[in-house]
Amino acid sequence: MAYSEQEILAGLAEIVSEETGLPTDSVLPEKSFTDDLDIDSLSMMTIVTLAEEKFDVRIPDDEVKNLATVGDAVSFITGAQA
Amino acid sequence: MSHVPDVVVTGLGATTPLGGDVPSTWAAALNGESGARRFDNDWVERFGLPVEFAATIKVDPAEAMARPEMKKMDPSAQYAVIAAREAWADAGSPEVDGARLGSVVSSGIGGIRTILDAWEGLLASGNARRVLPMTVPMLMPNSPTAYVSLEFGARAGAHAVVSACASGAEAIGYGVDMIRTGRADVVIAGGTEASIHPMNVAAFAASRTLSLRNDDPERASRPYDVDRDGFVMGDGAGVVVLESAEHAAARGARVYARIAGVGLSADGYHMTSPEPSGEGQIRAMRAALEESGIARMDVVHVNAHATSTVVGDLIEARSIRGLLGDEADHVALSATKSMTGHLLGGAGALETIFTVLALHDRQAPPTINVDNPDPELVLDLVRDKPRTLRDGDIAAINNSFGFGGHNVALVVASV
Repeated sequence: MAYSEQEILAGLAEIVSEETGLPTDSVLPEKSFTDDLDIDSLSMMTIVTLAEEKFDVRIPDDEVKNLATVGDAVSFITGAQA
Repeated sequence: MSHVPDVVVTGLGATTPLGGDVPSTWAAALNGESGARRFDNDWVERFGLPVEFAATIKVDPAEAMARPEMKKMDPSAQYAVIAAREAWADAGSPEVDGARLGSVVSSGIGGIRTILDAWEGLLASGNARRVLPMTVPMLMPNSPTAYVSLEFGARAGAHAVVSACASGAEAIGYGVDMIRTGRADVVIAGGTEASIHPMNVAAFAASRTLSLRNDDPERASRPYDVDRDGFVMGDGAGVVVLESAEHAAARGARVYARIAGVGLSADGYHMTSPEPSGEGQIRAMRAALEESGIARMDVVHVNAHATSTVVGDLIEARSIRGLLGDEADHVALSATKSMTGHLLGGAGALETIFTVLALHDRQAPPTINVDNPDPELVLDLVRDKPRTLRDGDIAAINNSFGFGGHNVALVVASV
């Protein structure tokens, strides 16, 4: 079953919140993982690992550097579900 | 180097089976309470564990630490960081150049719960991509000391000396040496352990070293009692702030006690059994005492390693007698593992805290559960109630021994 973009954003916000302690409502599509959410590379890989499991997708390592914002990640995961 | 600095203790921190901090732990110890509890889970039924209890941590780290932070640490590091924060605050959060601040926090076993959880996850998923990126930083045995170094900006060196159940005491000894050799002015030092997991319980039980007193967990740890039948596993951490006496005096710090001597030796005899004559233990204690320059007659208290095993307790008692001779008659011997259980790599650090507080408060903590003292015990055991220690300059020895034949003795002096 495919998740909607809203479901993916909400699920991603939960993962980011668990990892960083930031409130889920601060995890918005336009936010940059590094600049706004202060997520380092190890934390980013943790988020990727948890997102792969949650949404049953594969996010290749080469792709992670392109995921600058939360919205980028939502778009990628949406597309990868197909 | 023109002179070797004296090293004093200015801060104490702990989270233990008796309490979530030092004041509650020390109060419970003076009160003769036990931290041993029956497992509140399905381990016994599920795995057929022969041991149904342990001295688990009293206060859940979640009460002292935010969830995102906890998730990045093995429980052994969580306990260490919680204890280090208390110790640092207790020392008055000293202003110190990070290049002159060290951290030495050891664990006997390391991040074994992280290892086991990660392996379990991999087995269950059959997918290498499910293993989390923080797995390695969390399982490393130097993870607790590294987190402490990061938290306080300790850049003189971050170390984790490993010697099984002597690790916590050896860490404090190493911290003392960092200050004496001029590498640091202040060192955050201690030990931690988070090993209560069914695999570890099964493994220690397999070596026949654990008490099987399943019908009465609180009475199971009974060093020097004739019916002792093994140790009780414990979780937790103890951390102290060590400081050169000059540095402490310059900032007007409260000083609990002085670490006057550090003695180290190895048995080179057997992996798990202490060498029967106690020669290695005596060498460690003698080295610490000689380094301290303290007269044997001023040693009024010993916090024994005494884990409640049949053989180990008596060898240590004879070693103390062998070292002190007739002066051992006025030693108040305490075996605090009767209350805390055995914190393995955390034990030597927690017992150093007890030793420091015994001198500071002039009260030797009790040994509980000794219904019938072993007739071969040749020392004066403090039983059930704390014992007042005399006024004036006094000293105490804290012994810690570890699987592998490691012997560590610290001589602590009143100030």
